[in-house]
Amino acid sequence: MSTFTQVREITLMNLRSIPERLAPSLVIVVGIAGVVGVLVALLSMSAGLGQTLGATGEPDQVVIARGGSQGELSSFLSIASMTLVKQDPAIARGADGLPLASGELIVITEVPRPGQDTGANVSLRGIEPVGVTLRPKFRLLEGRMFRPGVQELLVGSGAAQQFAGLAVGRSLRFRGSSWTVVGHFESGGAYDSELWTDRETAQGAFGRSGVSSILARLRDPADLKAMNERLRADPQLDVEAKSQDAYFAGQSGNLTATIGVLAGIVAVIMGFGAVFGALNTMYSAVSARTQEIGTLRAIGFGALPVVASVMAEALLLSVLGGLLGATVAYLAFNGYAVSTLGAGFTQVAFQFAVTPGLVLQGLLIALMIGFVGGLAPAWRAARLPVTAALRGG
Amino acid sequence: MKYFGLIYAGLFRKKLRTSLTLASLIAAFTLLGLLQAVNSLFSGAADFLGASRLITQASTSFTSPLPMRLLPRIESVPGVAAVNHSQFFGGQYQEGRGFFPQFAVNPRRLRETYPEWVMDEDGWRRFISTNDGAIVGRNLAERYGWKLGDIVPLNSFIWTKAGGGRTWEWRVVGIFDGINEEWSERANLMYLNYAQFDEGRNPGARGLAGIFVVRIDDPDEAERIASAIDAKFQNSSDETKTQKESEFQLGFIRQLGDIGLIVNLITGAVFFSILFLTGVAMSQAVRERIPELAVLKCLGFTDRQVMLLVLAEAFLLCLLGALLGMLLASAATGVLPPEFPIRTDLRVWLIAAVSVVLLTLAVGLPPALTARRLKIVDALAGRHEQSPLERALHLLFRVGSRREAEAQA
Repeated sequence: MSTFTQVREITLMNLRSIPERLAPSLVIVVGIAGVVGVLVALLSMSAGLGQTLGATGEPDQVVIARGGSQGELSSFLSIASMTLVKQDPAIARGADGLPLASGELIVITEVPRPGQDTGANVSLRGIEPVGVTLRPKFRLLEGRMFRPGVQELLVGSGAAQQFAGLAVGRSLRFRGSSWTVVGHFESGGAYDSELWTDRETAQGAFGRSGVSSILARLRDPADLKAMNERLRADPQLDVEAKSQDAYFAGQSGNLTATIGVLAGIVAVIMGFGAVFGALNTMYSAVSARTQEIGTLRAIGFGALPVVASVMAEALLLSVLGGLLGATVAYLAFNGYAVSTLGAGFTQVAFQFAVTPGLVLQGLLIALMIGFVGGLAPAWRAARLPVTAALRGG
Repeated sequence: MKYFGLIYAGLFRKKLRTSLTLASLIAAFTLLGLLQAVNSLFSGAADFLGASRLITQASTSFTSPLPMRLLPRIESVPGVAAVNHSQFFGGQYQEGRGFFPQFAVNPRRLRETYPEWVMDEDGWRRFISTNDGAIVGRNLAERYGWKLGDIVPLNSFIWTKAGGGRTWEWRVVGIFDGINEEWSERANLMYLNYAQFDEGRNPGARGLAGIFVVRIDDPDEAERIASAIDAKFQNSSDETKTQKESEFQLGFIRQLGDIGLIVNLITGAVFFSILFLTGVAMSQAVRERIPELAVLKCLGFTDRQVMLLVLAEAFLLCLLGALLGMLLASAATGVLPPEFPIRTDLRVWLIAAVSVVLLTLAVGLPPALTARRLKIVDALAGRHEQSPLERALHLLFRVGSRREAEAQA
């Protein structure tokens, strides 16, 4: 028999005997499922946040904020600067001949999560009418638009889901006055975590004279560099334009890194636990098959096929475990909606996303654990002295 | 205790298996210790603050600064002992590589509202009389090697100076400690003199105080005083929200989301895996030793004694794993720098202890009951029943394969 046939025959024989050792075999599956499940669930959190923030921007639009500011919240532009910036030739114009640019004011408000009395920071964004045009994915889900001059709010779908008291018709109190929720909207991205109103109404109510940022559409995305040079050269201005998609995509970095470190630590420690479990299982599998292995060696089977059969069993069980873990993580967490503090110090609502890439990553870890857990027992099986093995070890 | 030798011998009958199981247990309990320590940080972080201080913030958000003119009106509320104002400065040191919180406050009032910070009399005098003065916590001063008189440039991402710059220079005039160990551990912040801060910033922002820190005489009066303060500013453009300092801190942490839930889910997954693993190892160990257990019974051990022996073995294994794992976790959290105050405190050890008991019962009880039911004759003859876990698994598997066979037919 060729080595390959030997490997195939022993492996098949070995796999067929797994049902007789069901409980110990399941140790590998369950242990690895735990590691992979936790890892995939944790990483699906940062994947979900990345997807939400990545879906926020349009490549041909820019966010203009004060130079050196870390986000819209710490930025401030006077009305005069705003008017000046909007006249930049790089900015596209609408059918009415006016620039497609919306000066927007961000105010942080506190809205409690359901069942809590401490508030979470939620952005209230005052927009200009053109602001809706600049969000092509904007869609009213319920109710109607807010009217300028009246303290009315549109609530993003993510915010409506994560925070209490934001149903259409309810009212909120900010700074001694009452605001009515008149509708819910969806725009596919970070804006869904916000409350929207008319900019001038917000300026009046919160006593702010200027705006936080300007969202503008460019005639050509390539104009961004020239535009920034013009803006920098203007002594009246201290502003900086950033591409909208880059601006939002960059915001997930910090949290992604934190989750990555956490997931890494948890996976390594759990992985150690699973490796010891796998070693235990494979050692006992080898010791249960001692006589069988001895017989095989006595009738002429090589050491390599024996090693291969043990490794194949370990790897097969770990892949099963990995698939089980990824499936549980998918069923339990895919689409699970949460919100957390984003880069702008306000809440970002997003959903966990178990992506194919993450599942693949999980399976790779599973295989690694299976490999490490199978190696030493396989080595022992191959080196069993034939005579001793035949006598039962 | 006289059976300890017997238990120990039983446990290490198969050294390899027991060591591997033990290693898995250690990994699981290390993780449990670390995760629950993180959980402790988030659930009990503000406990040390007590209830003797309230925080008054703008009802819209604590990021909207309240104007200074509210201060005398808050001071006039009966039961208020002292009031300070505090503005988060948001400064970055060394281009963002060093982050620590700074607050612009009134130096004299700081001393009245935070008696927990201790500093020599000269330090307080210098802080009060130096316009660009700053005091730093002991830990922070040690981390950056600051001495009295050093200039610390901070780049604020919130506050621009009147001239347009964002780099503020502060002179270290004092280094403060905590009144006890708990507070000393938290001396990682910097207080700035409000005088230079207000004078230097954009004229449009001058006169804004930030939030107010209110120290009260009687913690039991906290609720009443908080609502009395808020009532004063109701329906004004500066509506306030006053809460206990501990709740204010907790609110910050809650902003991050339901961390407790995530941590508990991971702990649950770890616990389940380890339960399965240890359970299988234990039942294997007992099954291999059935003849030995029968011999014990022949020698006069009662059913109960044999059952307890097996249970004790499981307990010893879990206890050993938990102890070593928790020690590892404690060592790991012990070497963390002070800005990550994650500690395996009493609560974490209690959780570990409860886990040991539950784990022992879950993995030890089924084989222990098997050992108890053992008939000497059957056991010596090599006829033994399957463990409950194995029976369930085999049943499941057989039903599955029978269905498959039927489907094929």
